[in-house]
Amino acid sequence: MIGRLAAIAFNTYREAVRDRVLYNLILFALLIVGSSLLFGQISLEIDRIVLINLGLTAISLFGIVIAIFIGIGLVSKEIDKRTLYTVLAARPVRRWEFITGKFLGLVMTLTVNALLMSVGFFAAVLYVSHGLGRGDLQLLTAIYFILLEFVLITALALLFSTFSTPVFSSIFAFAIFAIGTFSEDLRGFAGMAHGVTRWVMTGAAYLVPNFAALNVITQVAHNTAIEPRLILLNTLYVLVYAAAVLTASVWIFERRNLK
Amino acid sequence: MTRDLRVQTSYALLLAALLAASTLLVRQMDRVRSDEPLQEVLYIPSPTVLKRMSLGYSGLLADIYWTRVVQYFGTGHRAKAKHYLLLQPLLEITTTLDPKLIPAYEFGSVFLAQKPPEGGGNPAAAAQLVEKGVRENPQEWRLYYDLGYIYWLELRDPAKAADAFERGSKISGAQVWMRVMAAALKAHAGETETATYMWTNILNSTSDPSLRANAINRLRCLRVDAEVKILEERVDEFTRQTGRQPAGWEDLISSGLLRRLPVDPKGYAFKLVGSRVEVAQPDLFPFITRGLPPGQQPGDMPGEAGFKVLRNQ
Repeated sequence: MIGRLAAIAFNTYREAVRDRVLYNLILFALLIVGSSLLFGQISLEIDRIVLINLGLTAISLFGIVIAIFIGIGLVSKEIDKRTLYTVLAARPVRRWEFITGKFLGLVMTLTVNALLMSVGFFAAVLYVSHGLGRGDLQLLTAIYFILLEFVLITALALLFSTFSTPVFSSIFAFAIFAIGTFSEDLRGFAGMAHGVTRWVMTGAAYLVPNFAALNVITQVAHNTAIEPRLILLNTLYVLVYAAAVLTASVWIFERRNLK
Repeated sequence: MTRDLRVQTSYALLLAALLAASTLLVRQMDRVRSDEPLQEVLYIPSPTVLKRMSLGYSGLLADIYWTRVVQYFGTGHRAKAKHYLLLQPLLEITTTLDPKLIPAYEFGSVFLAQKPPEGGGNPAAAAQLVEKGVRENPQEWRLYYDLGYIYWLELRDPAKAADAFERGSKISGAQVWMRVMAAALKAHAGETETATYMWTNILNSTSDPSLRANAINRLRCLRVDAEVKILEERVDEFTRQTGRQPAGWEDLISSGLLRRLPVDPKGYAFKLVGSRVEVAQPDLFPFITRGLPPGQQPGDMPGEAGFKVLRNQ
């Protein structure tokens, strides 16, 4: 089973690389160098802050866009190209293994991409700050949270890919990401309602993925310490939520008639 | 040249020509539209809406808005603008998007407080901005210092300035002189006395030769300010007692109001011109605010420069 999962995951990774996904690294490098030079000249006293905000935002947004655009095609593309029948019929691969393998492959692609970006990002921070201190360890926490974001959004894109067309899947995925950034507000609004509305709204607010807690970019830009408890809770939350979304994906995919 | 290479070269040349043409057209358009007044518009005036629209990436948006503040102020400053209508709302947006962006409070309050064309001429808004900074960053003692500066020198409110210095002095890492500044202002010390205190602190706390020389020069000028004030009071007293203006310092010495001929810190005698007291060599005291010949403008306010030096220490 692990061998089959690994084979599908590595194949997904290879496909993504073949699709020139890693070309975004060039754009990232240009963005970091260009913005450092530009903001150094036209702004005041925020060279390091803007580098951290821009670098981490770029790592996050590039990854989310890649996750959505590749994730939405992971299943539907295989169906369209009819390669899925070969995989599921001719080889001893179960449907859940196919979904999980695809998920792991895309998460691996995004992790490699983010880690390469992080190397460039830390080099830029080193250049601007003339050294790295203990406070910069917080930057690693922010990057770790970004990787957790990727896990969530990949699972969601894959879920939509199992039952919808690529266009609608991308709309759904972007929408759910945007709504997820408002998750704290939604819970606040739900708390203001009464009776049944309150219960329904609260349920919906907790159902939405909590992307808000995963974005600590602004805090780390000011060297604000991130609580270890938040790191643990975010990790557990993402693992549980992604498992739930993958379960839903497998459930839908198992019920699909692929003939 | 093969056919394929010719085709490739043709495409490259055509692309370059079209891009160059579009650049020229944009430059022409800029020239046509250059007379249009630059509109001072905030497309999204609500900081809260902007924060929501940033989808969690509010730090980067705050940096962009802060850069816009710097550019807006810099452009207006160069053009000697009389109004900076967008300055306050832009700073409000910046600090709502990122409440921890300390430079926005520090420099933004200076931009807002200074009189036009040097700044927005709105010290009350500057104080409000720094108060917000203090609420969001209660551990940043320098913000209390900025607040004290605005209340003392811009709003002329020593009680609120003393309160700001006192609150700041309780923060870990705050300089000792913050507490003494609060005490001096609470004791209703005048600006000259408080400035003297500040420059004495600078002199005692630095080994930098140029800064020490500057501090000595400043203290000398402050001494002149204080002495001219006292001498003018004595002249007024003489006029009250005798019903006439003194003809010279001898009149004050003979009436017992002065013991000897008054001299400045460089050893030159002060001049008595009617009821006014003047220094003999104004060039030797570039920062004095009293004792200057008519028509000569005083330098910066006695406390202002000291504030800037202490702040950067």
